[in-house]
Amino acid sequence: MIAAVSIFGLWLAVLLQGTAAASTENPVVVDLSKDFVAITAGFTGTEVLLFGTTAGKGQVVVIVEGPAVNATIRHKERVAGIWVNGDEVAFENVPAFYQVLATDSLDEWLPLPLRETNQIGVEYLQIRPLGDVDPATAAEYRNALIRNKQLAGHYGKVEGRMTIVGGRLFRSTVFFPADVPVGVYNIRTYLIDNKRVVSSQVMPLTINKTGLEADLYRVAHKHSALYGIAAIVIAILAGLGGNMLFRRNR
Amino acid sequence: MFLYLPIAEISVNVIVFLSLGIAVGTLSGIFGVGGGFLMTPLLIFFGIPPAVAVGTEANQIVASSVSGVLAHWRRGNVDFKMGSILLIGGIIGSTFGVWLFRVLRELGQIDLVIMLSYVIFLGTIGLLMFVESLRTMVRSRSGAGSRRKLHQHNFLHGLPFKMRFRRSKLYISALLPLLIGVIVGILSAIMGVGGGFIMVPAMIYLLGMPTSVVVGTSLFQIIFVTANATFLQATFNQTVDVVLALLLMVGAVIGAQIGTQLGAKLRGEQLRILLALMVLAVCSKIVYDLVATPDELFIMVTGAAH
Repeated sequence: MIAAVSIFGLWLAVLLQGTAAASTENPVVVDLSKDFVAITAGFTGTEVLLFGTTAGKGQVVVIVEGPAVNATIRHKERVAGIWVNGDEVAFENVPAFYQVLATDSLDEWLPLPLRETNQIGVEYLQIRPLGDVDPATAAEYRNALIRNKQLAGHYGKVEGRMTIVGGRLFRSTVFFPADVPVGVYNIRTYLIDNKRVVSSQVMPLTINKTGLEADLYRVAHKHSALYGIAAIVIAILAGLGGNMLFRRNR
Repeated sequence: MFLYLPIAEISVNVIVFLSLGIAVGTLSGIFGVGGGFLMTPLLIFFGIPPAVAVGTEANQIVASSVSGVLAHWRRGNVDFKMGSILLIGGIIGSTFGVWLFRVLRELGQIDLVIMLSYVIFLGTIGLLMFVESLRTMVRSRSGAGSRRKLHQHNFLHGLPFKMRFRRSKLYISALLPLLIGVIVGILSAIMGVGGGFIMVPAMIYLLGMPTSVVVGTSLFQIIFVTANATFLQATFNQTVDVVLALLLMVGAVIGAQIGTQLGAKLRGEQLRILLALMVLAVCSKIVYDLVATPDELFIMVTGAAH
């Protein structure tokens, strides 16, 4: 109930801001229900509400894009009856997360050159293979990369649909699964009218581990030896503790 | 109830993993085995990345071995001299094993090597155990007992660097336990096991140690070898998840109590067959996973951008 009221409040604020913005040169305004997603011990994935307003004309496309990472795709081959990892192609500039949201299905109102320059849709992502790979192989592995990402829920299989209210307000939710890649995300919003981008906005969304989870991860990677010693000490104490419990019960 | 594991980077059901710890802990309690050889493949079946399963399980075995060795120490069933020789071998072996683990991981073949090692060892141990317990059941039914020599003398007794091991009543070459230590150390690092299931038969049949000191001595050695593996896996591969390890340790402590009490009441031979069947079942599942055609023939590994 409280959440509903607060979201209504946000909407109202955006509506007011949006109306004001429409008169000045800012035909699209967008905001998120939170700009920081904390991965804590109980994290099982989360939904972020995305909402905004337009001046009333055109269609809105929103791209939710995670940080660029490197990814290696390995092809499984059958050797002596068992499946083993064979050839591999490494890619750079791979968005760790990628979703497209639009107020309408992506057809002629969004011309292909526009999709290409703004990387709208997984097929237009500028993912580059590392090293010398022939184009056919690169394309095959690139498609496999996208399939893998879609299977993990990190890339959308189709674009998400945004609900429009009263011709001006739009809203949608983005789901980040439990194994969501961490880092700074970019939320790119485009207002398309007459097959042109009439307005755009970029805003960041940070997803990171916090609290104990973050500390453990940091220590494990930055002070690995210390972490290893601590892990052993914990195990010895647990073993001694278990033994004491065990003796008392006998 | 879900818990996010910081190193495995996935969210797991606490109840499931606690139950897993209790179940394997119970088996360890009944049979006096470490349980790593069952726990690591089970962790993998439940979605923990194989590399993290191996590193974390080494960590958990430190705890269960510390707990186990104290009881044997109190009864004087630890041959520290033999244990130390095995230990030197174990440290060499596990250090080499962690290095090998890293190389194989970079080549993208670590999962395959882990799985194949499990198939070989679980298959062999499961079959041997199954046949052995069937034979004992038949023998106990027919009532005939056979006498064995304390230990056989073979070419192994001709090796140099002979040492006297009082507690084990042995005068043998130090090279033999050293070599056993090295092999078990490598397995420990690659498979995430203590290696008791290899070392105990090797100590009995190859070294000819008395059964009474075998378990205590192997536990003594396992503590240090798995501690070394934990340290090196954490330092070089960052694959030790302490949150997961702690979850398993709690389960194992509870399970070990249940197991010890159950073990005293149940009949050994049938139980042993049950364990053998379980080992073979896990082995078959791994074989199936290796042989069955996967839905997706391309797999992805991601890393941070340079």
